Amino acid sequence: MINQAATPSGTLTVALVGNPNTGKSTLFSALSGVPARIGNYPGVTVEKKVGRYRDSQGEVKLIDLPGTYSLAARTLDEKVSVDVLLGQQSDVEQLDLVVVVVDATNLERNLYLFTQLRQLGIPLLLVLNMWDRAQAEGLSIDLQALSARLGAEIVTSTASRKSGVAEIKQAIRRIARTTYNIPASILSQEVQAEISQLGNWLARDSRGNTQLPPFLVERLIFDLDGVHAAQLAQSCPNLKEQIDASRTRLASCGQRVPACEASSRYAWIRSQLTGIVTRPENAERTISDSIDRLLTHRLWGIAVFIAIMFVVFQAITQGTSWAMEQVTDRLQPGLTHTVDQVLAPGTFRSLINDGIIAGLGAVVVFLPQILMLFFFIGLLEDCGYMARAAFVMDKSMTKLGLSGKSFLPLMSSFACAVPGIMATRVIENRRDRFVTILVAPLMSCSARLPVYMLLIGSFVPNLTWLSGWVGLRGIVLFAMHALGAIVAIPAAWFIKRCFFPGETPPFVMELPSYKIPSPKVVFYRVWERAQAFLSRAGSLIFCTSILVWAAGYFPGDHTRQHAIDNLLESQAQSLSDEQVLALQQEHRQIGSRLIRASLLGRTGIAIEPLVRPLGWDWRIGVGVIASFPAREVIIATLGTIYSLGGDAEEENLQSAIQGARWPDGRPVYTLPVALSIMVFFALCAQCAATLMVIKRETNSWRWPAFTFAYMTGLAYVAALLTYQVANQLM
Amino acid sequence: MLSLADIDPGQSATILEVLGHDSIATRLMEMGLTDGETIQMVGRAPMGDPLEVLIRGYRLSLRVAEAQRVLVELSNSQLAGEMT
Repeated sequence: MINQAATPSGTLTVALVGNPNTGKSTLFSALSGVPARIGNYPGVTVEKKVGRYRDSQGEVKLIDLPGTYSLAARTLDEKVSVDVLLGQQSDVEQLDLVVVVVDATNLERNLYLFTQLRQLGIPLLLVLNMWDRAQAEGLSIDLQALSARLGAEIVTSTASRKSGVAEIKQAIRRIARTTYNIPASILSQEVQAEISQLGNWLARDSRGNTQLPPFLVERLIFDLDGVHAAQLAQSCPNLKEQIDASRTRLASCGQRVPACEASSRYAWIRSQLTGIVTRPENAERTISDSIDRLLTHRLWGIAVFIAIMFVVFQAITQGTSWAMEQVTDRLQPGLTHTVDQVLAPGTFRSLINDGIIAGLGAVVVFLPQILMLFFFIGLLEDCGYMARAAFVMDKSMTKLGLSGKSFLPLMSSFACAVPGIMATRVIENRRDRFVTILVAPLMSCSARLPVYMLLIGSFVPNLTWLSGWVGLRGIVLFAMHALGAIVAIPAAWFIKRCFFPGETPPFVMELPSYKIPSPKVVFYRVWERAQAFLSRAGSLIFCTSILVWAAGYFPGDHTRQHAIDNLLESQAQSLSDEQVLALQQEHRQIGSRLIRASLLGRTGIAIEPLVRPLGWDWRIGVGVIASFPAREVIIATLGTIYSLGGDAEEENLQSAIQGARWPDGRPVYTLPVALSIMVFFALCAQCAATLMVIKRETNSWRWPAFTFAYMTGLAYVAALLTYQVANQLM
Repeated sequence: MLSLADIDPGQSATILEVLGHDSIATRLMEMGLTDGETIQMVGRAPMGDPLEVLIRGYRLSLRVAEAQRVLVELSNSQLAGEMT
């Protein structure tokens, strides 16, 4: 097959392909610089990472395909890579070159993918990455002989140190668009005969008259439950029978699918490597092995695991609180204050302050935790511990129907579900990843804490036992944190059962050797995730924030409030203290009336019959609706409703809600009501940021909608039960 | 018959067959567990599952349930070692 003639611009499109843990993403960043564009391929959850660089002859567009061990496509996500490689992905140009990144210290397994790629008909450049380690291990590879045997040009590199990058760029220019003749197949005669027979049948005898590249015909025969066969079967009704017949004929001559593919490829690889790759008995492996004995030890392994997770959790909760406070207590009020000085009170100023600046704050406030979590993920992945953490935890996580890789994302969700859900990228299996994403918001995050604290402080008696060591308030707080995690177990089971049926996905995972983490790799990782969050989820979170501001602002006549603002700001000197207090009081009372009349307030009043069985009045209903952007917003909303202003002191708010009465004089908030609100907030999905991140990570509105529906339903039923049962008991 | 899940850490064995015709079997073979290949048990996770093995010069983790599909025969050197 001969490649298409050069396009006039001189722009090349190049894909990076390789196994996981080969440093492929690091090489991608080293080649194209940091600002890659991160999007999604349409209809699947695969991230589309595109980078660019210029050389003397023009631009080179780099596409980083997801790390994979094989081109067998069993899911739509796996099919994307094959489609890009075959030029059948509509949003990616025909490739001019494929750069195959392999781990030089583990050629045998890494070349498996190469043997599949060489049948594609695109020129290949083989990059032996981690070359420094190969040399440290004393590995000797005859590169010239290897290149000749494999029929591909070879460049060595150490991406984490940027070495070899210039040579790769030169080689890309040299090899791209050269004529590439598909080499002779390494598969057996019988398999080749079946491939050409099936190819001919598809082209002539099937009703579809489909001309497929030989590579795809090969995949049709080899891939059990392959996506390509399933899709093609719609236009070729007898395809399945043809494939089955081919497989039966192969089995009868001792070449069973899928075993025959793996054995012929590996046999070929070994014969090619014989005599040109020699590995000494080396010390490096032995060191890695000794570390492994300790870190997977029955006792020490678990102790180290707990210690590391403790540090990570402390870092993302305590370690980020200073930075988060800077955003909420300094940056945001600072900006608002500046706007106050420039703009006169009015709708426009409210939009800027309470809509736009608050919306930006709502996005930026997540950055400290995201940066911190991905710093640790980068560190743990690059030093090799990440896979061990999954290895150590797997047994316990299988009891929840998940795998060891779900532990870190779920644990992080106790700090915040946003970075937690982003961290599910470490889970390759789609089913495990989705189930983890969908239950992660049940973990009690730090945004729920202010709600718990307010209600516990107001309504849970301060009883203590065992000379003050055990307190009722502490027990309630702990119960609220445990609730979500406990509910997550049946929820995960149910979600898996209903939406992701099928056999348990395999947990076949490479355990890379330990090494000193490279600061560059960690930095790329952190940067990439922060950028992905800002560009992809940030805009959605920002928009939600503006919409909710509008719903709380309109309709309503704000002229008097603005007049008071004006008076307070421009004539503060001439007013007496009493006058100022009176004006502030009036301002807050108007605020309370306005929120009641707003779209938000009307909705809250309209749903009062729905929340009555939970023991709530319309005010709590409004608070819950207003807290859609984030749970803690309910506190500011209640402050506004009780005429205390949005930034009311906690003590004032506590006494206001303690004093709230139904029209007949009964107190609104009793312990059962407080418990019912807390249970609701423990389980509900009142967090727009989480929902938007779910949208971005699953690339579909279906899953955030589902998450919102199931969690709200769960929260409602649990709050109802709590209130009704507690009311009976008290 | 002996499966990969039955052998002890430190022992080596030869793979006879990977049972099953599904994606799990395919995955195991893609990762290099092909007939006739030597595999060494490196160790177990703290709670006994999954397992860590050495195959084709790299370390791989797989669950006991998956290892049970891999039929093996202890390598000659070890059989000899056990007899003495």
